[in-house]
Amino acid sequence: MFWQMVKGAVVRQSRRLLLVALTVALGVSLATAMLNVMFDVGDKVNQELKAYGANIVVTPKNASVLKDVYGLDDTGAHKEYLNESDLGKIKTIFWTNNIVAFAPQLSASINLQNGQTVNLDGTWFDRQMLLPTGEYFSTGEKYLKSWWQVDGDWAADDGSNGVMVGKKLANDLKVNKGDTISYKKPDGQADTLRVSGIVSGGGSEENAILAPLALVQKITGLTDKIDQVEVSAVTTPENELARKAAANPKSLTMKEYEIWYCTSYVSSIAYQIEEVIPDSVAHPVRQIAESEGKILDKTQMLMLLITGLSLLSSVLGVSNLVSANIMERSRELGLLKALGASNLAIVLLILTEIFLAGLAGGICGYFIGLGFAQIIGNTVFNSSIAVNIVVMPIVAGLMSLVILLGSLPAIRMILSLRPAIVLHGR
Amino acid sequence: MSLLELKDVSMAYGGKVFALQDINMTVEKGEWLAIMGPSGSGKTTLMNIIGCMDKATSGTVVLDGIDLTDVDHQQLTTLRRDKIGMVFQQFHLIPYLTAVENIMVAQYYHSLPDKQEALAALDRVGLKDRAGHLPSQLSGGEQQRVCIARALINYPVLILADEPTGNLDEANEKLVMNIFHELHDEGHTILTVTHAPEVGREAQRAVIIEHGRIAGSEAKAE
Repeated sequence: MFWQMVKGAVVRQSRRLLLVALTVALGVSLATAMLNVMFDVGDKVNQELKAYGANIVVTPKNASVLKDVYGLDDTGAHKEYLNESDLGKIKTIFWTNNIVAFAPQLSASINLQNGQTVNLDGTWFDRQMLLPTGEYFSTGEKYLKSWWQVDGDWAADDGSNGVMVGKKLANDLKVNKGDTISYKKPDGQADTLRVSGIVSGGGSEENAILAPLALVQKITGLTDKIDQVEVSAVTTPENELARKAAANPKSLTMKEYEIWYCTSYVSSIAYQIEEVIPDSVAHPVRQIAESEGKILDKTQMLMLLITGLSLLSSVLGVSNLVSANIMERSRELGLLKALGASNLAIVLLILTEIFLAGLAGGICGYFIGLGFAQIIGNTVFNSSIAVNIVVMPIVAGLMSLVILLGSLPAIRMILSLRPAIVLHGR
Repeated sequence: MSLLELKDVSMAYGGKVFALQDINMTVEKGEWLAIMGPSGSGKTTLMNIIGCMDKATSGTVVLDGIDLTDVDHQQLTTLRRDKIGMVFQQFHLIPYLTAVENIMVAQYYHSLPDKQEALAALDRVGLKDRAGHLPSQLSGGEQQRVCIARALINYPVLILADEPTGNLDEANEKLVMNIFHELHDEGHTILTVTHAPEVGREAQRAVIIEHGRIAGSEAKAE
């Protein structure tokens, strides 16, 4: 009988319940979209922030930090190097899939024929690496420094396409793409470098000649050696645990260590790189990591705010519709009370009707929300948003809450409904 | 012991406006009593009190041995469900349920719905062939007969009818009154509230209310 009554009421009031369903659908669709974007926005924002370049710099453990920190030269000191042949190991760490790109650097100075001394930086430009898994991984400056503007062609890693010259240096030397630069090798012999392109990026590359790493190793005689590696990794914003670990991983408890190690914090990725590159120190670039965290926190806060407001508007909408419904049906509900129905039985009947309408709206809203999420993803991040299954139970819970809160005024009306008044006045 | 006994019953709104004042009356088991009076005389207020839908502000109402002044709203609901069968002037059928389902609703809130029994109740008021019709597909007289069948389904000790023929034409009024006569003959206790003298005269006894007080009573000549 209960379901007959529910069915009859749903069919009879299909229009009003349709409005309830639409209201719930609207709230749920926005909540679904925002929550899916919120859960996926970390990766998306990280990808966007990769444009800022490397967020980890790996250097030899005992290298002098004076040059890095204060710009002082370490001439005369015993200089330490990393091995180029160890770089493949970076793609073997636990968070290997989070390593977006990396590029080694070997810096040297060369004397030009005109007596001027200039910086010569060896690096990878577009390197295809064969990983232990059998997959190929493309990396190098081309992937790491996406903001670089090259007038001409990128240099090739095999040396077949010459070198690139920083824009400022090119102006000083009055060279253009296609020109050659004459220099003296350390043994005194003269040689030339062909300029494939002029590079501009606003950094130290503006005043340097960028050559294939192998060429710089050959000129300096430092076979397989590199000064440092810049790594770009997709990371999770830092929290207290990450900061504690960054200060001293040994201060963590076993459980904290496991959580930290298995979370893609910049500090844990840096730690894992140190584990695979012998005698290395991996420094997180704090400005980038902190920016990621702040932007992500603010973006997520915005998403949560929109979710909350959309649900609040749904509650108000449902509340109005259900209250109007109860007022319209006051005689019918008064009759049920006159026939002996308890308040609980009537509240259950009304909530079931509203819940069924809300469920229908919620299911539609969920799928519409997935569509909204893709629109947001493609419009804002130029990529699709991953469907997070966790959102479904969260949205189901929020939908139930919207229906319950929206029905509260109506429940109050039902409780105060007096059959003597609604059926034939006092 | 009387089935219904009212002693010094008053109903005052805001403590000042009296809808009923010092009502004393009894209804015996198997009796058919009519409460008569003009509009605004307090008949409906009296019916709401007797029908367990409202509580008197003073005095005592005893129904089937239970003092209604001592019970709360929850208990009133239970008493209404178990003891009273109500027939309304405006029928008050649930519009999206069929005739038989409207009767089964009363069974559902009382105990368990039994379609066969509900159909038998409809048969009794001559509407078995209209069991699957919605109220909108029934005439006023038919709707009132469904309402009577619904009032009877849980075997109430008292049938309360508020202007049962108020919305009916003469032919249907006759049909409905015949049913009441049959019910009375079977031993049911009936209390009709009406302002129509011709309906009041059908009862064994009539109590006349004016300005919230009993103005007189008259028994039907046998």
